[in-house]
Amino acid sequence: MVMKYSVIIILLIFMSCKNETAKQEVADANNEKEQSVTQITNSDFDLKVYDYDGLEPLINKKDEKVHVVNFWATWCAPCVKELPYFETINKDYKDKDVEVLLVSLDFPRNYDTKLKPFIKKHDLKSEIVAFDDTDQNRWIPAINENWTGALPATIIYKGDKRQFYEKSFTKEELENELKQFLK
Amino acid sequence: MKTLRILAVMVLVVTLSAFTTTDGDGYKIGDIATDFSLENIDGKMVSLSDYKDAKGFIVIFTCNTCPYAVAYEDRIEALNKKYASQGYPVIAIMPNNTDVKPGDNMEAMKARAKAKGFTFPYLMDKGQKIYPQYGATKTPHVYILEKTKKGNVVKYIGAIDDNYKDSSAVNTKYVEDAVDALKKNKEVPVKETRAIGCSIKV
Repeated sequence: MVMKYSVIIILLIFMSCKNETAKQEVADANNEKEQSVTQITNSDFDLKVYDYDGLEPLINKKDEKVHVVNFWATWCAPCVKELPYFETINKDYKDKDVEVLLVSLDFPRNYDTKLKPFIKKHDLKSEIVAFDDTDQNRWIPAINENWTGALPATIIYKGDKRQFYEKSFTKEELENELKQFLK
Repeated sequence: MKTLRILAVMVLVVTLSAFTTTDGDGYKIGDIATDFSLENIDGKMVSLSDYKDAKGFIVIFTCNTCPYAVAYEDRIEALNKKYASQGYPVIAIMPNNTDVKPGDNMEAMKARAKAKGFTFPYLMDKGQKIYPQYGATKTPHVYILEKTKKGNVVKYIGAIDDNYKDSSAVNTKYVEDAVDALKKNKEVPVKETRAIGCSIKV
């Protein structure tokens, strides 16, 4: 009898967590539209700038790797605080088939004055792209149905398994979430 | 004993479902929004109930320090200029913890309002009690309310328009369209939109 109720309780706990597991949505229809990728050339490095159609394939890769995608901006204090944790993961888990992608939402007018100097100053090693698409009501729900639009936000995915986080991480939290995908 | 066990399970079910449905969700379209009494930049307390002649409200959670909020400052002022006289004033609420974001403290709010010539109240959500009830997660985040006998009903949640970067390139003015519809007693055409913004600092 006790056993039976324990099962019910465990089931309930699982059910209460179910909305955290987000479905993966791949908008095939979008592929028809020409993707826009702008290359901003700088004497030191190039910054790739994407709109949503350009970004979409980068956050839906169909390979065997675990992908950690972080949406951030140089002016976003909680984003800047957690950046080193993503850098650590990029460094420590590279040989475990983990790829980190940092997607900057800095405004285009700040690419040369703020974003690039920031990347240089902090010597960021993860792959970084800039995202410039004003049609927020289209791409926010396309990236994740549960995203209200606040920064920072992070996606961890591998194949069809995908988790979305609209929150800041501590180093431990981020690593724990990543480990769910490494099993 | 059996009844006790069943009771225990029932309590658990209720507790769990209570957490899953209310945790962080905030208002949905059609909900009655809470009134408040928050300090304005002129030192006076402001409540929605102070506005006897209002037909509704454009409540905007915003702040000084978020670039998206800054990008919308002039448009928020323009909304108040256009709609306050028509019965839909802008009520701006600053939801951030000012210990985390000193650039959003009362002095900074006063300075910003003066520099930009804000004509709407710019209130401090002191103690951060109001924004969680609305379910605001970021700045800027808009809630349009319609005053009814039952209370202030939520009619629209989301973005101001569809281009945060460039006001001249806007295609759809969600907030204006919503208020215009309410004025004509019509359905709000787009009731919910997503807006990018800065997470509210706790």
